[in-house]
Amino acid sequence: MPVKTKKAAAKKEVSSSQNSKSMAVPKLKFNTGWEYAPAPESASHIKLKDRYDLFINGKFVKPSSGKYFETINPATEQRLSEVAEANAADVDKAVKAARNASDRYWKKMPAKERAKYIYRISRMIQERAREFAVIETLDGGKTIRESRDIDVPLAANHFFYYAGWADKLEYAFPNRNPQPLGVAGQIIPWNFPLLMAAWKIAPALATGNTVVLKPAETTPLTALKLAEIIQESGLPEGVVNIITGFGETGAMMVNHPGVDKIAFTGSTEVGKIIQRAVAGTDKKLTLELGGKAANIIFDDAPLDQAVEGIINGIYFNQGHVCCAGSRLFVQESVYNTVLRKLKDRIKTLIVGDPLDKNTDIGAINSRSQLDIINKYIEIGKKEGAEFFQSGCNLPNKGFFCRPILFTNVAQSNRIAQEEIFGPVLAIQTFRTDEEVIEKANNTPYGLSAGVWTDKGSKIFNLTTKMRAGVVWANTYNKFDPTSPFGGYKESGYGREGGLHGLSAYTTL
Amino acid sequence: MDFRLIQHFNPFFTVVKQNRNMAKALEKNSNITISENGIEQPVSNKRLEVLKTYKIYIGGQFPRTESGRYYVATNSKGEQLANVCLSSRKDFRDAVVAARSAFKGWAARAAFNRGQILYRIAEMLEGRKAQFIEELISQDVSKAQAQKEVLTSIDRLIWYAGWCDKFQQIFGTVNPVASSHFNFSVPEPTGVVAAIAPQDTSLLGLVSVIAPIIAGGNTCIVLASESKPLCSITFAEVINSSDVPGGVVNILTGRVSELATQFASHMDVNAVVYCGEDANVQKDLQTKGATNVKRVIVHKNINWFGEQGQSPYFILDTEEIKTTWHPIESIGGGGGGY
Repeated sequence: MPVKTKKAAAKKEVSSSQNSKSMAVPKLKFNTGWEYAPAPESASHIKLKDRYDLFINGKFVKPSSGKYFETINPATEQRLSEVAEANAADVDKAVKAARNASDRYWKKMPAKERAKYIYRISRMIQERAREFAVIETLDGGKTIRESRDIDVPLAANHFFYYAGWADKLEYAFPNRNPQPLGVAGQIIPWNFPLLMAAWKIAPALATGNTVVLKPAETTPLTALKLAEIIQESGLPEGVVNIITGFGETGAMMVNHPGVDKIAFTGSTEVGKIIQRAVAGTDKKLTLELGGKAANIIFDDAPLDQAVEGIINGIYFNQGHVCCAGSRLFVQESVYNTVLRKLKDRIKTLIVGDPLDKNTDIGAINSRSQLDIINKYIEIGKKEGAEFFQSGCNLPNKGFFCRPILFTNVAQSNRIAQEEIFGPVLAIQTFRTDEEVIEKANNTPYGLSAGVWTDKGSKIFNLTTKMRAGVVWANTYNKFDPTSPFGGYKESGYGREGGLHGLSAYTTL
Repeated sequence: MDFRLIQHFNPFFTVVKQNRNMAKALEKNSNITISENGIEQPVSNKRLEVLKTYKIYIGGQFPRTESGRYYVATNSKGEQLANVCLSSRKDFRDAVVAARSAFKGWAARAAFNRGQILYRIAEMLEGRKAQFIEELISQDVSKAQAQKEVLTSIDRLIWYAGWCDKFQQIFGTVNPVASSHFNFSVPEPTGVVAAIAPQDTSLLGLVSVIAPIIAGGNTCIVLASESKPLCSITFAEVINSSDVPGGVVNILTGRVSELATQFASHMDVNAVVYCGEDANVQKDLQTKGATNVKRVIVHKNINWFGEQGQSPYFILDTEEIKTTWHPIESIGGGGGGY
């Protein structure tokens, strides 16, 4: 009996390797025979209010429109709460509160005291880290593993890092006396809701600016929880204002004459609209926009590590990552091996309940984003690329998408040119360094890139030639408060994080 | 057709007329006598001065504008100084092609080498001081001011030459990330930069705009002062004899009103620098610049003679910060390696 099974397995192995015309690559074993028992993170300690108002001038206030909109859990499609929709009057109120706070307290406060407030916010996020992680997962659909280990700690660390800059700014800008800009209007996306709020608020406060922040309409809850922390921290009223709403609310902020600075993270399309909107004004603008990063695998790369890097590069956070390694370039001589390993690995990824600690890929953030992803899948198929998707079970409700890869992709295909913002990988091959440099840079974007090779000098040849703001060599999707992040070309301008992140909020 | 009409529309006729006027203006400055019919009168056996044709500078060459158009540069008395190319958008597009193809090589030059080349430009300018002073004077700049402008321009080039291999050390960082990675950020050139030079300080402004752009490894297309265009072309000759590879600096003469829009909307230009105070031009550049998310840098009311006129932060205006990550192996299960 055991002999028979072994034979059958061996037979199957041969036929599959003949099919893929590859060298005999041993199939990787990921213990797929094991069933994972459900390991859901408890959400019972989470208390969400039935309704959230706008956080203006240190208080939660009702929107002047009286309108609210629902925010749902994308994994269950169930209502979590409802949040206020800010209109022009609310935006005006928030901007005036920020201006008043800037003039009355924040600019005048000794920098070391400013620092202590920011430190305090960081500490309070750490104290309530578990709560933030669960809410982030409930509201946005990302896996609890990521919100617990990445989003929330990085957000707290970001505040901690920039707190320390507040009274050291003159060291950051040699021969200059940096001054705050005034009121910063900040618009953030739904893929890293709390982390993006931290990326925006922390450097703005450290440099002495006051803030009006608008979180994305599908993920407002952690920003509003942050507002609670800000209230508890005793930060002077009006220094940080958080208003919720849709794109129109954001547009009102951008166009408000009382705003001195706009910081936007989101799509390139909206980024261009904002750049046009502030044209002719003296508003300072930084943009962190889309990407279509190349992840390049050379034949001398440690392939098993590279495969993990590819997986992390594109399927991290359901692929809702502006710096996702969505274009994979594999050197021809290892293409079959890499593809085989990649397919094996994809089959093991668990898609499902984001609160389950075993889940690798959570829920797609919204129905509309799922529609966009599905649209691109159809486009990819129509353009002639070969489609491959894992076959795991999906929950009955909620917005889910199994990991996808396309092979036989042409440089001109839309799935190789346009940002999809989902778990869709487009794979191309190359022969020489020159060829892959040319192909990797042949995109209007320039946010990030990945290079995998064992050869140090080749790494630096490649990283130097990538026209992209962040380049990961033999790793991917790593973030740190000390590390500047931001794009070349149509991926935007300005940096967030590190010393360089300060200049977005200062005048010299 | 009426003969007068033919005369009126005959471009050759117009050129002859203007050349005669120009010669008259030059006569004052160079003691040459020219008769009514345009033929030199050998008053005192003086040789006839050879006039320079002011052409534009694209890809290391001096072509005329492809459009064949020109405008007349005059001084404040209305005296004609030269026929200057009225560059077209096609000239600009050609210049962008030249700048783009030169970018790869220029950015790849050793920073030290770029410094030497900028220093070389200063050397060449020093040797031709007199010519620039004379040209500035002919364009209504007082003698003292002209001297000051030329000397400051030379010093400015030396200043930026020194920055070529230093700004990276001031503005680059090694970032102490919390994970086991080596992480560093360095400035890199943004690419092709289109710049509109200041109107008043036609040499110093031009130098002050070009130097930080190329010091940082970018290539550029610069629109010279519209009202005082002469020095820009003479400066192109200086650049052309300074080991600056063709296409790194391209200089056009023409109208801001005509070319600004082209600068902002060209899809292969990465950044636009505007030196001026016209709110409409600024708005136009910023609006159209959004087409491909250009970096739009505006220098308003800058006194180019002062300390305000030079800054390593101007280099940073057309730089991108690139951050590189690489894992660090932790031998022996981590801990101190000492």
